[in-house]
Amino acid sequence: MPYTPELKELIKKVEKTRPARVEKKRKGEEFPPMSLEERKAILKYHPDFKEDGRSEILVGPDKGYRIAKEMVSLIHAKSRLDPEAVDLTRVDYETDILVIGGGGAGASAALLARENGAKALIATKLRLGDANTMMAEGGIQAATKADKDSPYFHYLDAMGGGHFKNDPELVETLVVEAPKVMAWLEKQGAMFSKYDDGRLKAMHGGGTSRKRMHYAGDITGAEIMRTLRDEVKNHPDDIQVLEFSPAVELILNAHGACAGAVLYNLETEEYFLVKAKAVVMATGGSGRLHIQDFMTTNHYGATGDGLIMGYRAGVPLRFLHTVQYHPTGAVFPEQAEGLLITEKVRGAGANVLNIDGEQFVYEREPRDVEASAFIRECLERGKGVPTPTGKFGVWLDSPMIDVLKGEGTVRKEFPGKWILFHRYGIDITKEPMLVYPTLHYQNGGLQINQRTETVVPGLFVAGEASGGIHGENRLMGNSLLDVVVFGRIAGCRAAEYTKSAFKDGALSLDHVRAYHQALDNAGVPVDGRVAPMLLPDYSNPEVRKKQLTTKYHGTLR
Amino acid sequence: MSKTASKPKKAVAKAKDAEASLVPIFVMGKRYEVPASLTIQKALEYAGYQLVRGCGCRGGICGACGTVYRFPGSYRIEVGLACQTVVQPEMYIAQLPFFPGNKAVYDIETLPAVGGTIAALYPEVFKCVGCGTCTRSCPMDIDVMGYISKAIQGDLTAVAQSSFDCVMCGLCAARCPAEEVQYNIGILARRLYARHLAPKAKHLAEAVKNVEGKKFDKALQELKKKDLEALKKIYKSLEIEPDMADESWTPTDKSFLGE
Ligand SMILES: Cc1cc2nc3c(=O)[nH]c(=O)nc-3n(C[C@H](O)[C@H](O)[C@H](O)COP(=O)(O)OP(=O)(O)OC[C@H]3O[C@@H](n4cnc5c(N)ncnc54)[C@H](O)[C@@H]3O)c2cc1C
Ligand code: SF4
Ligand code: SF4
Ligand code: FES
Repeated sequence: MPYTPELKELIKKVEKTRPARVEKKRKGEEFPPMSLEERKAILKYHPDFKEDGRSEILVGPDKGYRIAKEMVSLIHAKSRLDPEAVDLTRVDYETDILVIGGGGAGASAALLARENGAKALIATKLRLGDANTMMAEGGIQAATKADKDSPYFHYLDAMGGGHFKNDPELVETLVVEAPKVMAWLEKQGAMFSKYDDGRLKAMHGGGTSRKRMHYAGDITGAEIMRTLRDEVKNHPDDIQVLEFSPAVELILNAHGACAGAVLYNLETEEYFLVKAKAVVMATGGSGRLHIQDFMTTNHYGATGDGLIMGYRAGVPLRFLHTVQYHPTGAVFPEQAEGLLITEKVRGAGANVLNIDGEQFVYEREPRDVEASAFIRECLERGKGVPTPTGKFGVWLDSPMIDVLKGEGTVRKEFPGKWILFHRYGIDITKEPMLVYPTLHYQNGGLQINQRTETVVPGLFVAGEASGGIHGENRLMGNSLLDVVVFGRIAGCRAAEYTKSAFKDGALSLDHVRAYHQALDNAGVPVDGRVAPMLLPDYSNPEVRKKQLTTKYHGTLR
Repeated sequence: MSKTASKPKKAVAKAKDAEASLVPIFVMGKRYEVPASLTIQKALEYAGYQLVRGCGCRGGICGACGTVYRFPGSYRIEVGLACQTVVQPEMYIAQLPFFPGNKAVYDIETLPAVGGTIAALYPEVFKCVGCGTCTRSCPMDIDVMGYISKAIQGDLTAVAQSSFDCVMCGLCAARCPAEEVQYNIGILARRLYARHLAPKAKHLAEAVKNVEGKKFDKALQELKKKDLEALKKIYKSLEIEPDMADESWTPTDKSFLGE
């Protein structure tokens, strides 16, 4: 759907202010970035600060913690399984290390487990690689250029982005391991964008003091994911993959250690038991919970399952009170709604503008600050651009990049986005994009230490499912980095654990029984709700009303 | 049946606005009326399907949702990604969520980065008849036949570069009379190219050496000990590399660099 005549009229205002803005950019004159005080003040527009968006957790290790209602609703649900119905003596699969989740963290963990002499089984919800990792476009941070950067600066940027709340030990591990991860990925044959002499190209991301975001065209995550997936598939004897088989519950053993999981075959509706010496939880994020009804950039399976399973097993949650909204999600055309417009567009120089074609915020503020500024511009100052579906957005002036950096830059640097908009009759080299914040990243998650260990022996967590690395706000490019850094560590440590600390014992789902009991004791109205969610429900309510027999047993319901 | 907790209401509300203009589509031959503004993927959900197969990123990059379709009165089979293609009246739709393509197993480290490697692992590459069906089938507008012919010539670099945008949806392979698995040839070439042929990032080796030599450990220990105010002060005073700076930029203050 091309821009409507009304929107085309408004685009003229953007064109009118463009030459002067380009001139300023050329001279290095930026819209003044906010001071730390101003940043703090504007955050009141952020959805995280909407008190009625949250509710209190009533059971488990984080009783009293207030986080998004949508998450609490899952935490307050029962298991999909009646523990009494599961025969724990009948094991269907046995392995050294069970990796739950086939994204970047899971694939890295399985590969490193194998390198360290353990057999791994990856159980994943959709296909291997159907994951947020596949969708990352912008890049991966690492301080690889000694003449201008080092882990010292990377550390400071990550802490500043996270409001200095990040777990310093985790951040240290992140930034020190970063160059090694880049070297490992290069060795796996991931095709990063390079200069002719082999120097890795790099850009700024929001909140970076040095250009250290490395990229592979505008499909960095896909390039990393498909490379790791290919590598996993090169080891069929050591790494088994079960697709369309999400885990629904962890299994502990008589020693209180994690010893496997129950999987659900999405197609045959059977439940399977996996017995393992150690488990790596790598289930990723939760954008599909549509917190506060926000649109999301996340993949179909991002429903926070790992949080639920881990929490029931006793692992505390960290930083889940903050959720990252990516400032620039497409709001037009409707078919592309929620899709991410990478921060690199702003990194490459595109200004952000209101309905008058005027700048109102520096385009490289940290994400939460940038998103809050958009929300204020649209909802409070009334300077948002109205869309035909009754929403608001602000302009992201992509054509400016071609003016600044030469005709063809946009097409070359953002081929994926160019095609996407082109399909709908919009030429982003000539017309700006209309954007609004979109639910993007689960800043927090299950608590881990530098070795990815949790309070439950034998249970390791890596990637977006974990919490603490990014504090209250993740910087772009630090997440692809984190999934590989901590995925690799989890694989290593889990392999080590299977050899040194593992003790066999009878399998048990007692923690689930206890959790159910706690829900009852706390008087939580469960109303038949179950979690993990596994997949969001986008079905048509009119159709559902006519599905009269879904509660029948048998194959035809 | 139990309900799943916290059901998103979003998609539902949206479908309502669009109800005004419904168009008929045929899902595997069966007729449904769906809002004209929806993608094939959302239209299937609107019609009542709970997708399990054939849906991954919902954003055109994972390749899970390859779909074939045809219009009445036309013999042409058209293809697209269900999450990226808007429905059109009377289209006959079938999804192709899985394709049992052959994948070679190899050790990327020791595999020779020479043109002959493709032929050794995928000898069927020579059976390509040059029909161009793959190119016509590619939702990413890749010249698939072009990269297969480069593969036949053994030009790894060209295959790597021209297959770069491939989302591995399998649509090309599904329609290839020579039974090529183009996307697996593509990734083999990309990995070989990036591992063995592309110029190495020398600065990266240096950075790895620095961290392995624990060069920054002391500075980081000190940072970790700093109180909040002190940390903020350092953070605020960081010298920022200008947007328009080129590769040769270096900061004026050289402390804490890796050199
Ligand atoms: C559109 C988009 C763009 C992004 N861009 C960037 C960027 O430029 N730079 C950056 O650093 N980061 C970026 N990110 C963030 C980053 O990609 C993710 O945070 C990161 O890849 C998460 O990796 P992961 O392995 O933890 O999770 P994922 O990659 O999401 O993998 C999780 C896997 O677990 C599976 N799973 C879920 N539940 C279960 C279950 N119950 N049982 C079994 N399997 C399950 C999922 O299906 C999936 O395969 C982006 C994210 C998105 C969505
Ligand atoms: S080359 Fe083949 S597998 Fe790759 S995107 Fe095109 S049609 Fe899909
Ligand atoms: S479809 Fe198969 S035979 Fe035809 S050009 Fe493509 S690779 Fe060759
Ligand atoms: S769902 Fe991933 S490409 Fe369509």
